[in-house]
Amino acid sequence: MMDKPISNRAWFLVVPVMAFVLFSSLIPMMTVVNYSVQDSMGQNSFFWNGSEWFQHLFDPATDIGGRFSRALVRNLFFSGVVLLIEVPLGILVALCIPKRGWAVGAVLVSMALPMLIPWNVVGTIWQVFARADIGLLGAALTGAGIPFNNTQDPLSAWSTVVVMDVWHWTSMVALLCYAGLKAIPDAFYQAARIDGAGRWSVFRNIELPKLRRVLVIAVLLRFMESFMIYTEPAVVTGGGPGEATSFLSLDLVKIALGQVDLGNAAAMSLVYNLITLTLCWVFFTTMTQLDARGSA
Amino acid sequence: MATVTLDGIGHAYGRAQTEADYALKPLHHVWEQGRAYALLGPSGCGKTTLLNIISGLVIPSHGRLLFDGRDMTRVPTERRNIAQVFQFPVVYDTMTVAENLGFPLRNRGMDRRQTAARVGEVAAMLGLVPDLNRRARGLTADAKQKISLGRGLVRPDVAAVLFDEPLTVIDPALKWELRSKLKAVHRALDLLMIYVTHDQTEALTFADQVMVMNEGRVLQVGTPAELFEAPAHTFVGYFIGSPGMNLLPAQVEGREAAVDRHRVPLGAAYPALADGRVQIGIRPEYATLSRTGGLPVQVQRIEDLGRRRLARVMLGAHPLVVTAPPDLSVNGAEAFVRLDPASLHVFADDRRVPGGAA
Repeated sequence: MMDKPISNRAWFLVVPVMAFVLFSSLIPMMTVVNYSVQDSMGQNSFFWNGSEWFQHLFDPATDIGGRFSRALVRNLFFSGVVLLIEVPLGILVALCIPKRGWAVGAVLVSMALPMLIPWNVVGTIWQVFARADIGLLGAALTGAGIPFNNTQDPLSAWSTVVVMDVWHWTSMVALLCYAGLKAIPDAFYQAARIDGAGRWSVFRNIELPKLRRVLVIAVLLRFMESFMIYTEPAVVTGGGPGEATSFLSLDLVKIALGQVDLGNAAAMSLVYNLITLTLCWVFFTTMTQLDARGSA
Repeated sequence: MATVTLDGIGHAYGRAQTEADYALKPLHHVWEQGRAYALLGPSGCGKTTLLNIISGLVIPSHGRLLFDGRDMTRVPTERRNIAQVFQFPVVYDTMTVAENLGFPLRNRGMDRRQTAARVGEVAAMLGLVPDLNRRARGLTADAKQKISLGRGLVRPDVAAVLFDEPLTVIDPALKWELRSKLKAVHRALDLLMIYVTHDQTEALTFADQVMVMNEGRVLQVGTPAELFEAPAHTFVGYFIGSPGMNLLPAQVEGREAAVDRHRVPLGAAYPALADGRVQIGIRPEYATLSRTGGLPVQVQRIEDLGRRRLARVMLGAHPLVVTAPPDLSVNGAEAFVRLDPASLHVFADDRRVPGGAA
């Protein structure tokens, strides 16, 4: 019963995958690890530098440390704001999508459109849209007497980036929630009517609990992507004005490719990576544990 | 508590131009206070539509619905005092069992203490007391169905309890137990209960009166014995009983029917039925396989069901299911079938023709 067939032919399937992972992730990753513990004087000659890059990174008094901690706070703030807007708005939109009829297809397709546009095009659209001189949004706001200039005013730049992300990704939360809502059998709504429950009570006691699982996925995806955001702000604000919208990824690219400061950039990207992984893990475990406790 | 009157109730989901457009064809019926009724029929026969009309989830396109003589046709669901138990158990996941049971009362503004007292009574009746403080979502399907029922019963003014195939997702071993619980609740509370099912055993054991439906039409209303012994329609004959009634095309005249070239004596006299399709029907219980005497048949196979044996036979080109007596053994395929004349029924265009004495 217990003897499993042993076949070495399985290696033919495993080895190509391992080779692919090696070349696509592991070797580039190890190169970064390598840069993070060495320094260079140019001429492609490197020497051992120990943990100095990391010490700088974690010390806010140094230039790089200061930049890193400010960018990290900006990133966390951005993800928080984006989640706080997109999740409730997505649920609200999902509740408003019709459940049957020809309108369902039309609404779903038009809602999916922003997600189908390449990131840099989204950035370009909003860059033009928000320009204070010729952009529809920017010019309209300026014309209405509201001070708006996303190249000079940090608040304008921030609102542009946040609104752009909401425009780009709320549909995803809404579509996930819509799928979750569709899975609720009619009997629940009928029982609620018989029990005399109001609209808010139906949402609170039926819809929201049934959406819990899709919301875990939505929050996780939206957190991960907003925490790693790069392309759209790079195109719209370029991290400015000043460093007002310099998120970790933007700063990282500036250090690595602008200043060719490989040691600092390598250390930063490793820490950035670890933070993302850790936060996702924390999110996922707490939310699944809350879920498990709810079902016990 | 109430007597429910269906006054020409009918429903078409779209526009009703021909009779086929009706999901439920207009009907008159009175359901009396304190009795248990079953709506029995295959999927899509309109029984759930009828149930939803009573609970107000569907507003009928035709007719009036009366509770104790009051017109309730357009009264919204939440003001009808109806309890309904659905096919799939509905519980509020985030609430405890006690909160679930108290939910309809809290929504109607009853205070906390009175609610707790009512919840206690209902929980005791349904055997849910040990679970009162547990979360409802972790419970088994049968416990969840009890909660659904309890949310209906907890309201002091409940007029009728409706069941929409409530045992479908229940473990077979627990079905019997939950069904006896429903019967016990019915006896204890003296409520009108209407039970929708496609399972004849459930319908026949639960209800005082069974309404058999097919294709949106009520074919017969009667006690289980009436449905079995005198089906008003070929569908009732076939649907009730396991296996269903045998039906044979025949010519009927006086006290005799002719199936192909065979003569079959009948238990009563019938007028000459020339028009339409005439059939005779007999239940397998009243048709017996024998070695001599009766109609000549070809035996195809004999099924031993433990307590009884059934033979599948061919009378010419017509298949029949008959009872094979325990001591009978058949050599080869040739055998005979005796039909009890008193249990033979005559149907013209699917409707039963009553026999006369002459």
